[in-house]
Amino acid sequence: MIESTLPEPRMVEITLNRTAVTAHADATILDVCRAQDLDVPTMCFLETLSPFNSCRLCVVEVAGSRTLVPACSRIVESGMEISTDSERITDARRTLYEFYASTVDLSLADAETKNWMSKYDVDPDRFGRYEPHRAVKIQDDLYIRDYDKCVMCYRCVAACGPDAQNTFAIDVAGRGLSSTISTEYDVTLPDSACVYCGNCIGVCPTGALMFKSEYDMREADTWDEGRQSITTTICSFCGVGCNLELHVQDNRVVKVTSPMDHDVTNGHLCIKGRFGYGYLQEEK
Amino acid sequence: MLGAGGGTSSYKEMETTDLIVLWGSNARNAHPIFFHRITKGIRNGAKMYTVDPRRSESAEWADTWLGIDVGSDIALSNTVAREIIHAGLVNAEFIQHSTSGFDAYAESVETWTLERGEEITGVPAEAIRALAHDYAKAPTAQLCWTLGITEHATGTDNVLSLINLALLTGHVGRWGSGLVPIRGQNNVQGGGDMGALPNKFPGFQDVTDRNARAKFEAAWDSPVPAEPGWHIAEMIDAMDLGELTAMYVIGENPAQSEADVSRAIRLLDGLDHLVVQDIFLTKTAQMADVVFPAAAGWAETDGTVTSSERRVQRVRKALDPPGEAKDDNEIITMLANALGHDWEPRDAEAIWDELRSLSPMHAGMSYERLDALGGLQWPCPDDDHPGTPFLHGWLWEETLPREPAPFSIVEWMPPIDPLDDDFPIRLTTGRRLDSYNTGVQSGGYRSPIRADVVIDMTKEQAEDLGVEEREVVRVSSRRGSVEAPVRIVDGLRRGLVFMAFHAPDEVDVNQLTIDDWDPKSGTAEFKATAVRIESL
Repeated sequence: MIESTLPEPRMVEITLNRTAVTAHADATILDVCRAQDLDVPTMCFLETLSPFNSCRLCVVEVAGSRTLVPACSRIVESGMEISTDSERITDARRTLYEFYASTVDLSLADAETKNWMSKYDVDPDRFGRYEPHRAVKIQDDLYIRDYDKCVMCYRCVAACGPDAQNTFAIDVAGRGLSSTISTEYDVTLPDSACVYCGNCIGVCPTGALMFKSEYDMREADTWDEGRQSITTTICSFCGVGCNLELHVQDNRVVKVTSPMDHDVTNGHLCIKGRFGYGYLQEEK
Repeated sequence: MLGAGGGTSSYKEMETTDLIVLWGSNARNAHPIFFHRITKGIRNGAKMYTVDPRRSESAEWADTWLGIDVGSDIALSNTVAREIIHAGLVNAEFIQHSTSGFDAYAESVETWTLERGEEITGVPAEAIRALAHDYAKAPTAQLCWTLGITEHATGTDNVLSLINLALLTGHVGRWGSGLVPIRGQNNVQGGGDMGALPNKFPGFQDVTDRNARAKFEAAWDSPVPAEPGWHIAEMIDAMDLGELTAMYVIGENPAQSEADVSRAIRLLDGLDHLVVQDIFLTKTAQMADVVFPAAAGWAETDGTVTSSERRVQRVRKALDPPGEAKDDNEIITMLANALGHDWEPRDAEAIWDELRSLSPMHAGMSYERLDALGGLQWPCPDDDHPGTPFLHGWLWEETLPREPAPFSIVEWMPPIDPLDDDFPIRLTTGRRLDSYNTGVQSGGYRSPIRADVVIDMTKEQAEDLGVEEREVVRVSSRRGSVEAPVRIVDGLRRGLVFMAFHAPDEVDVNQLTIDDWDPKSGTAEFKATAVRIESL
């Protein structure tokens, strides 16, 4: 009487760096590369969000394609010949990182970005290094937004919108070089639709969005990840069982994240899980 | 339910189910990460109905909102049932094979015509009919609820009436179809799992079962009472009768959280001895003879909690507790030894391993496996068992391994606190997104979206009363009165007002609520209070 058994996945044969590989027919090129332990740089891509194709760092060569192809969103096809290690790809990625360094402050970019920049021998001064000049937006006690560091990867928009929170408090405003992430009519965050789940901060790869607790400690020069421990536990504010990663420095919680690979949260939390720890340290 | 004290489904099923019914739940605010699954399901094509007196933030996501009158849930579910039966939409094969008591149940709902349902619930007959037909016809459907169903004097019957709907249609025991109560606290489910119920041992084994008792008596080397104990509402009544004179309260704040809180305070005050173990000096702790400062159970101690999908997960110590605060486990051990026992200190894992040896449904959940697998869903009877994503698959087996699932005959009863000329308005209470229960925990951070304490009502209601937005009004029930400013909102209607209960030090909403409780669950009727609203 029970019907539901999943159909067998359809497989396709492809060539990856001149080697024959069998892959799921619905896999992306990036999925296949990672399954083959072949690392590919990404910045806008995140496993828990839909690919947005803005950063172009994951580009690879596909035989027969005039332009480079973003690995994060392109689905493999039978007979596809893919290269990830050509000079053309390395040039493209290095130049892209150099463009980013000239238009954005990458000083707090995630480890992945910094590692790739070093691997590709990126010269951040090639096009003139970006000089931060925009005021950091501090409009409440929980968030800061420093758009000098924004690479327009769109992760925050996806996490606020259809891929997780479905609140739609932020989106891209403007066009071309003057495009930016904004609330509706650029109102302050407290006046916007924002519900302070922190999921935009959780997915930001460059430190443009940051918990104010971390920002304040960085400003005071007391933020020290070398002295921090991360302990995974369960949120106490409802019965869903969200996994919390408590970042603790000197017996104080300084930041709360959630594991991207845990099935309950997929890295996302609500305002209570993200910030409700305050009472633990009121009088410590 | 159906003999197991937990929801039947996994959250993930919400993503691929065909129909979601959210009944008495504002999960968008109270369970936001569960609601992420609902939005995924909706994006994948699921249709959603919400049943709620308020057009809540969750209802805004629904295809159809059924704006039920407070406390008419059974009237609605019985009407839905009759419509499913009369439209010939029951799953006859499932009913015949896997359930019992259908004929008597069908007869019991026979008077619940769509017209009568509309009259009692305030929901248009056409909307009731649509819910009935869509639920019955959906290939898979998840029926979810929270405290809007259970915080009534008929809370248990409300739940049974929903289970009936699943049995009528076969929407239980399959991937994608289930009955989903979402719990309000991180270990409500785990408290039940561990036997923190008046009639159960760990693993939902019955204290009245001689064999179960013998097992626990042998393990604990101590006799165990054969009679079930009291639940909280019975304790309150026993205090009133002078039968309960001493109380040891761990991690609860009844002086603010109980319904008809003035009475609760008076009774707590009249105890011979009150011991409170808490992470805060709560209002209840301030009344205590002895206070044991405790460590926060999710960040300052090790242990496990069980979520609403029956997933047991580890909580881990990240911080040293402040001052003299200690782990609950350590306090209880010290107390036992002070009472003349000789308990060795044991860590959380040793206690958990004892539990695993006594509770078959937890037996396969070693700390090692919980760590490696990100938790396990019970039942998990041995070390090779993968856990159980959904319950009651047995209902679909060709030969049933146990008695078929019974329909329950449930009668609708109006709320205990009646509306009349003196108290003509229905007050219902609930949570806001950024706050939690009596606010002692969630008050510890500065939320940019925290609403002031207000009484929410529609523009029409305010005009009827002749009050203005932000005007402070007096709200009185048969038990007490509070003052709060008016906030004009959409989503309510004439005769229905709403208050959150997160700031009892400012506005003690539970002065108003009624403590008549469900004799089957011990839960008070927080959701239905008759009030009068006056200008000052």
